[in-house]
Amino acid sequence: MAAEKMSIAKALNESLRKALETDPKVLIMGEDVGKLGGVFRITDGLQKDFGEDRVIDTPLAESGIVGTAIGLALRGYRPVVEIQFDGFVFPAYDQIVTQLAKMHARALGKVKMPVVVRIPYGGAIGAVEHHSESPEALFAHVAGLKVVSPSTASDAYWMLQQAIQSDDPVIFFEPKRRYWDKGEVDVEAIPDALHTSRVAKAGTDITLAAYGPMVKVCLEAAAAAAEEGKSVEVVDLRSMSPVDFDGLQRSVEKTRRLVVVHEAPVFLGVGSEIAARITERCFYHLEAPVLRVGGYHAPYPPARLEEEYLPGLDRVLDAVDRSLAY
Amino acid sequence: MTVESTAARKPRRSSGTKRAAGASTRKTAAAAQSAAEPQLVQLLTPEGDRVETADNAEFLPYVEDITAEDLRGLYRDMVLTRRFDSEATSLQRQGELGLWASLLGQEAAQIGSGRALRDDDYVFPTYREHGVAWCRGVDPTNLLGMFRGVNHGGWDPNSNNFHLYTIVIGSQTLHATGYAMGVAKDGADSAVIAYFGDGASSQGDVNEAFTFSAVYNAPVVFFCQNNQWAISEPTERQMRVPLYQRAAGFGFPGVRVDGNDVLACLAVTRWALERARRGEGPTLVEAFTYRMGAHTTSDDPTRYRRDEERAAWEAKDPIERLKAHLLASGDADEAFFAELEQESEKLGKRVREAVRSMPDPDTMAIFENVYADGHALVDEERAEFAAYLASFEEGH
Repeated sequence: MAAEKMSIAKALNESLRKALETDPKVLIMGEDVGKLGGVFRITDGLQKDFGEDRVIDTPLAESGIVGTAIGLALRGYRPVVEIQFDGFVFPAYDQIVTQLAKMHARALGKVKMPVVVRIPYGGAIGAVEHHSESPEALFAHVAGLKVVSPSTASDAYWMLQQAIQSDDPVIFFEPKRRYWDKGEVDVEAIPDALHTSRVAKAGTDITLAAYGPMVKVCLEAAAAAAEEGKSVEVVDLRSMSPVDFDGLQRSVEKTRRLVVVHEAPVFLGVGSEIAARITERCFYHLEAPVLRVGGYHAPYPPARLEEEYLPGLDRVLDAVDRSLAY
Repeated sequence: MTVESTAARKPRRSSGTKRAAGASTRKTAAAAQSAAEPQLVQLLTPEGDRVETADNAEFLPYVEDITAEDLRGLYRDMVLTRRFDSEATSLQRQGELGLWASLLGQEAAQIGSGRALRDDDYVFPTYREHGVAWCRGVDPTNLLGMFRGVNHGGWDPNSNNFHLYTIVIGSQTLHATGYAMGVAKDGADSAVIAYFGDGASSQGDVNEAFTFSAVYNAPVVFFCQNNQWAISEPTERQMRVPLYQRAAGFGFPGVRVDGNDVLACLAVTRWALERARRGEGPTLVEAFTYRMGAHTTSDDPTRYRRDEERAAWEAKDPIERLKAHLLASGDADEAFFAELEQESEKLGKRVREAVRSMPDPDTMAIFENVYADGHALVDEERAEFAAYLASFEEGH
């Protein structure tokens, strides 16, 4: 079957549909995921086709959603949980960190936790407080969790398939401002492994590493830089835990410069860890310190300020220039 | 049986609301007193006498089949559990365990409820359910690994349908509810029991578990051992109404049972489990009991509670009351008690030896079972650490 063009939202929906079709143990749980199809319509039509028993509208209690998903996983189910917005995951943070992440180790491997927690994340949608955050570092910091974020429709489809098939808990961050971006999805393709990075655009002068919503910004920056004669490589990290340091290292050894871009605050963000590790791995290759572009150490601002707060084309290009100036 | 289909079924009765309504309509002084000080379901008085009243009539059929041999069995379970528990406390004092959370005084609540379970039922314990573990056939020495610091639990929850001890207060009530939702989806008639304490009743997770189980009509029994103390905080710091009454607000029955009466705990838990099996959803059982010992071996109860309080509860000891009953009824003779004493000492010795010979885990176990499907960073750090350790062996 030829590849089909669809939005990231549709790709996620198709992926969930496929999982429900192929594995009777897969369940979808969350607030408003049933009749409404979720506030972003990612689960649109699934309850109608698979029933209330498998696509479950839950009480409005995030800890309860994840806590009961853990119990269902212990019973042999594979729950795919939707947290409505990034800023609402924190009531479930305790269950995710103290239980979901550690259960496999606590049981010395005798139980598995195949639970996916889907979280629409990031800003630029003009929302009120708690609807625009990027808390991925808070999860990547926790052993026992895997953390990924797709940036394309194809990755949205396949990475969600792989996350659901994983016997480990996966925190699946969905770039909500890109939900309606379209791309080719080949549902018969053989996908890349879940935790590998992808060279989104090849280049030779500098590497931009990003994931989720920032990949598009980096690609635009690369196009703009190309007009100025700079060859920028863009690496879509795809996975924040584990990070594909081998893949990134290959890129940096070639370009000798790295800028990491994310919406999340720079301080102790995923970029900080990448800067440290790449500095260790590529010390003799680097022509400039690894730079980071991201959010500031301030609460996510009101929507009227988010355009200034979020890393955009110019801030990324500014970092590219600073790196190249070393 | 599915969640969808069970949700449509209404509970046949709501004991919590019925009892409350009954108390408010009766105008006698005794009734007024019982509303203020809720009656316990009790089948055996502290003196060891059997009680059969209108109040506990509903539960009597659930222990009709209990023979003298069964009673001796319950007694044996409680004695051996207490012996194991006291051995563990001693082992902590001797430095063999880092910590121990004693169940002293709560034997009846745990053995009564534990013996009510079927093999296919599933238990979600706190970290103090040593008596329930005993009933499930979990080797007592398995419970000691985490308190010695050689693992965080580590037994296979599915071999005895006894989940790992959970330390974060109340978390397991949600796991139990989710598991019970799965049982219902599978169409099984197993039930799930979640243990927690009076302190945990303040946790959001416990209240969310009540909500989820009610909404999905999950076959789960919430078994709260109200032992009066959450470390140093009395129940007045957790609640303004008797705990079991909360169930009514969530839409399922709640019952307060004498937690030091093993027979009553057995009867009430069986009743609650059968409700779950029949698709009537969750039940809250509040076992009114007392933590005779410290919260853990690190605690000092003399700082916050009076000796007289403990003494008053000592008179209601769960083991002594069944012993009195067994002696008075002639259901057990001196030979039984003497034999049990020997068995008890043997258990203590076995536990002692098992703990002392428990090997430390291999250092590299730090990196084991972090993930089921592996993780590049763990692999990298494992290799780095192994190389670091090897550097000593090579004499660098």
